Amino acid sequence: MSLLKVDGLSKEFGGVHAIEDLSFVINPGTIHSIIGPNGAGKTTLFNLITAVYTPSCGKILFDDKDIAGKKPYELAAMGMSRTFQNLQIFFNMPAIENVMVGHHLHLNRRFLPSLLRLPAVVRRDRECRDYCASLMEFVGLSRYVGADAASMPYGALKRLEIARALAAKPRLLLLDEPAAGLNATESREIDEVIKKVARTGVTVVLVEHDMKMVMGISDAILAIDYGRKLAEGTPAEVRANPAVVSAYLGAHA
Amino acid sequence: MWKTARIGGLGALALILVLAPLGFPNAYFYDIAVKALFNAVVCIGLNLLIGYGGQISLGHAGFFALGAYGSAILTVTYKLPALPAMLLSALGVGVLAYLIGRPILRLKGHYLAMATLGIGIIIHIVLKTESGLTGGPDGMGVDPFSVMGFTMMGDRMWYWAAAALLVLAVWLSLNLIDSPVGRALRAVHGSEVGAEVVGVDTSSYKVMVFVVSAVFASLIGSLFAHKDGFITPDIGSFFRSVEFVVMVVLGGMASTFGSVVGAIILTLLPQVLTVVEDYEAMVFGGIMMGTMIFLPKGLLPSLVAGLRKRGGAAQ
Repeated sequence: MSLLKVDGLSKEFGGVHAIEDLSFVINPGTIHSIIGPNGAGKTTLFNLITAVYTPSCGKILFDDKDIAGKKPYELAAMGMSRTFQNLQIFFNMPAIENVMVGHHLHLNRRFLPSLLRLPAVVRRDRECRDYCASLMEFVGLSRYVGADAASMPYGALKRLEIARALAAKPRLLLLDEPAAGLNATESREIDEVIKKVARTGVTVVLVEHDMKMVMGISDAILAIDYGRKLAEGTPAEVRANPAVVSAYLGAHA
Repeated sequence: MWKTARIGGLGALALILVLAPLGFPNAYFYDIAVKALFNAVVCIGLNLLIGYGGQISLGHAGFFALGAYGSAILTVTYKLPALPAMLLSALGVGVLAYLIGRPILRLKGHYLAMATLGIGIIIHIVLKTESGLTGGPDGMGVDPFSVMGFTMMGDRMWYWAAAALLVLAVWLSLNLIDSPVGRALRAVHGSEVGAEVVGVDTSSYKVMVFVVSAVFASLIGSLFAHKDGFITPDIGSFFRSVEFVVMVVLGGMASTFGSVVGAIILTLLPQVLTVVEDYEAMVFGGIMMGTMIFLPKGLLPSLVAGLRKRGGAAQ
């Protein structure tokens, strides 16, 4: 059974087809990469899957349920979480609280208990803080547990977003260019984090430019260009596909 | 560390409120002090919206005035006891804020400022023109606040009531901020889409904090009406709305104690500035500009940051 099924998906922006008639399936427990040249529609696809954009037509099924009309926060409750290419960090908050916001759905969110600071809320919040500190350690941010998000370097913030997304306890984690802007060492470290996440049973979908990373960690790859599917398969299959090679080398012939 | 700051801050505030009257030479000082404390409670509510939630309201004096007139009309015209009248008014204002908030909190930045500004102005005009109900621009008299035979008389009594209320408001505000609800609220300020994808229903949180801040203003408006004994529509004027916002910004956004400091300073300042008479407005404006240029984070956060830097150097 598939965790995510995309069927005949299209998205138009004022006559431009960012995504055109795209169909694919993502199976649980895999690392699935979406690749393509700049402007191929990767981020648009991500925004469609996470309901940030509404499709022009086509269907997206998460867990066999149509996500049409769902708000992003409702998808989060269904078990889908994501990170962003251009960071969406809460810079007005400490790093650990960024992660704690990720755990929002698993806490008592009623107004009065919070306002009156009931002991149960305080206790649960302390547990949440410990749990989120362990998540920060998991992504390699133990030295930033007491830091303000605003004082952290770019590479650390990318991991902070992963920790925040994990705090929501997703079954499907979407990572939008997790290695963009990182140097080779940082990129390898992110690699390890992603593999570790996948080992915990979370299905990972990533959009990435870094070919070395994609080929190294993916179980399956989807290559798109101009919003259409170019190729699909294992890393070896996709690498050997002539359409992919020509799209990347620009040898349109 | 956070815990000690909380309890220490509340304790210090209570101590200052208890000791302050020792320095009051006459009853007039009590009157000003009560106004300052009332403003402080309104600003704590408004700071939840502006400083923590990252939204803006240029119409909060409207909610304040609705609370005041709600209490006035219900007690004078409909002979309701003061407490139920106050709670009923707050409930009405809360519902109104909810109905207005749902559509307008989709707006951002300048657009939201304009929309809330419009609401404040509409409320002001309605209070002025519905003279059958409100007495129009001439205002209306309000009876003293009494609960079960006990009547609030004199500024001294009001001072202690307002002081207790302020401590309560600070406590509630600190609780809320450091809770799952408050965290989600601050996250909305940080990044709406970032909050949304981890399960925060951002539009609900914005409406929630808008309602809470409006209810704060309404409750204080009711008390103000009973204390002063006479209200005019000008308590809901645009200038008053701006004054509340300026108090929050001057004291320090996203700082509960900062709002208290801002409200007290800006309530007392006009009293102090009477010595410069004709230049009062100029000096006032100059202080505001200076604060924004040199202490853009507001008085209290800048002060705390300065002290922390010194403390860090000493360690």
